Amino acid sequence: MRDVAVIGAGETKYGEHWEKSLRDLAVEAGLKALEDAGIGAEDIQAIFGGNMSAGSFVGQDHVGALISDFAGLAEHKVPAIRVESACASGAAALHSGYMAVASGLYDIVLVGGVEKMTDLPGDMVTDILAGAADREWEVFFGATFPALGAMMARRYMYEYGLTREQMALLPVIAHKHGAMNPDAHFQREVTVDQVLNAPMVADPLTIMNCSPVSDGGAAVVLASADIARKYTDSPIKISASVAANDYISLHARESLTKSPSTIEAGKKAYKMAKKEPKDIDLVEIHDAFSIIALIGIEDLGFAKKGEGIKLAEEGQLYYDGDLPYNVSGGLKAKGHPVGATGVGQVVEIVKQLRNEAGKRQVPNARVGLAHNVGGTMTSSIVHILEVM
Amino acid sequence: MVVPRFWRERRSRYSLIGTRCPVCGTVYFPPRSVCPKCGRKSVGKMEEVQLSGKGKVYSYTIVHQNVIGYKYQKPYVMAIIETPEGPKLTGQIVDVEPEKVHIGMPVHAVFRRIAEDGKAGIIQYGYKFIPDEE
Repeated sequence: MRDVAVIGAGETKYGEHWEKSLRDLAVEAGLKALEDAGIGAEDIQAIFGGNMSAGSFVGQDHVGALISDFAGLAEHKVPAIRVESACASGAAALHSGYMAVASGLYDIVLVGGVEKMTDLPGDMVTDILAGAADREWEVFFGATFPALGAMMARRYMYEYGLTREQMALLPVIAHKHGAMNPDAHFQREVTVDQVLNAPMVADPLTIMNCSPVSDGGAAVVLASADIARKYTDSPIKISASVAANDYISLHARESLTKSPSTIEAGKKAYKMAKKEPKDIDLVEIHDAFSIIALIGIEDLGFAKKGEGIKLAEEGQLYYDGDLPYNVSGGLKAKGHPVGATGVGQVVEIVKQLRNEAGKRQVPNARVGLAHNVGGTMTSSIVHILEVM
Repeated sequence: MVVPRFWRERRSRYSLIGTRCPVCGTVYFPPRSVCPKCGRKSVGKMEEVQLSGKGKVYSYTIVHQNVIGYKYQKPYVMAIIETPEGPKLTGQIVDVEPEKVHIGMPVHAVFRRIAEDGKAGIIQYGYKFIPDEE
């Protein structure tokens, strides 16, 4: 295994892109990442693309072929493979690209993520996203994806005394950061009252505890670390890339208030990167629902079980705090184009570690952690990146 | 949807048929071919077992935004039910005021209509839960 670095990163704005198609978003993000690396599409040896459900959202499968074709690669016969792991599809693609370069099979690959979600009405989107859970034994009986998140939240409140008011702090922080990110779906701040009084999706989660339905694409160019400096003065090393899986159904797990797959992926990632939680300068944590972010903060070792919300109450999660959290705006404010999300988290960390994040720049950021999950924290993928 | 997709699950959905691992005794619902704890030792040996349908609310939510096919029912109560046999099940709680539902509440499974596939499609049946009589 050899070291792997990010030599280019790019993304589209996240949001409702009525004028842009799936391929438009993917190609835009990919070309931005290539331009950032100072190379052309013809210089890459493989593409790994994260996408959850283009087949259902826009009736298009064979996404790898479509994207590589419209990125201009049809004449080059470059392999292009779609990777799917529900909302963790982006990080799963990055994990695949990482392995492909680390193994020595390829020297330069493009990793992308894309989702086009707003071509369908809301109830159909809800139904497609529910495919991340067990269709026959959860969804069949009426469980939506937010309903499963809500049952995690209800149980957490029961076990640890968490209040809705406390949980509302996480979207407030995410929106504070999103307001400083020109790529974010929502670039405005919100208050605790706005979170609490928003329409209820699945009690106790209001729509402001849930990430939005977004269109978007994100991409990074990976290269073997030994050649990375030929392309950029500021390569960012991928120090760890770890994936772990759990029971797909929430009901099959012993506890609803922890994620064994996140615990496992986090532990292995810290070991692989030779880091501890205290070494991490910023985190992008999967906040599809506020409760998932809270469990993620705890299970990645930043707080004891039941005490994660204290970090929010003490102000530590702001971009100038001790544990800058979702400085991109997170899934909640930056948006959640599901297949793109995991790659977009890493695009943010790369910008931060290169000191290119503008108003929301975390001071002296040298090590960042990205946590992307699929399903009800079923699939957890953790990446640790650092300045080389 | 065609009929077999629902028909093939009928034993577990109508009669709560799960499986038990003969090596460690753990009961699973829905049925599994492999015990996650015992692995290969359990392959080919999993035994059928019928759940009693009894249980207690482990967690719940009131759903205001539904998936397709459930529109006529909202808001409705979804819950994870802990059974005395071991496995937890996801299902709706009906015949109850939503605000009366609480963690620990005793319930039992009943046979009910779950959803329908449009006006001319298949009516799908399975279990829901109702509160035990006080």
